[in-house]
Amino acid sequence: MTKSKKLDVLGETCPVPLVETRKAVRKSSPGEIIEVIGNHPESKEEIPMAVEELGLELLEIEEKNEQWRIKIKIPEED
Amino acid sequence: MGEGDKATLIVHSGEFDKVYSALIIGTGALSMGMEVSMYFTFWGLERLKKNELDKGPLSRMNLFGLGKWMMKRKLKKSNVREMDKLLEDFHELGGKILACDMTMDIMGVDKEDLRDEVITDYCAVGTYIKEAKESDVTLFI
Repeated sequence: MTKSKKLDVLGETCPVPLVETRKAVRKSSPGEIIEVIGNHPESKEEIPMAVEELGLELLEIEEKNEQWRIKIKIPEED
Repeated sequence: MGEGDKATLIVHSGEFDKVYSALIIGTGALSMGMEVSMYFTFWGLERLKKNELDKGPLSRMNLFGLGKWMMKRKLKKSNVREMDKLLEDFHELGGKILACDMTMDIMGVDKEDLRDEVITDYCAVGTYIKEAKESDVTLFI
């Protein structure tokens, strides 16, 4: 089974959602999935930018009632 | 990480809002996967003294502290992370804090006055230039 974890940054503002996402990524192992949940509008755009910069995989972005959910996958080791 | 994925910040100002900006940019750059060094010099270095990080005045409209008090209230209301916590994040994400040796000399600051636990190294301008040359982003704050 794929290991996964949730990161709740609801109510947090710049730069916390980005910083906490980065911290979670650093603590994850290859193949792991991180689901970030928040409502800071800019972070919904910026977390995917960081995902690209960090060479991670963006699985899903979902938004409902001003809340967003971003799924990130840490690449498997070659 | 390729060469150039690096940000080098000079924190020359010791004012509350400017140090806040520097810390937000620094942690932000680390979060985007960059390597970050922050060089604290002149008035910025004052903020590395024990219990001094958030003690600077506002750069504008400080109004003898009233402006700063209002700003702090607003920051709290907007749930902005406290400066000390941002510095902790910066550290946890592998950012480097450098203290300017020469400033310590001219301002009479001893190592014992500074928060040695957050300072990666003590250095001079050559170290900054060397790092800045390898950086994509360098800022003077």
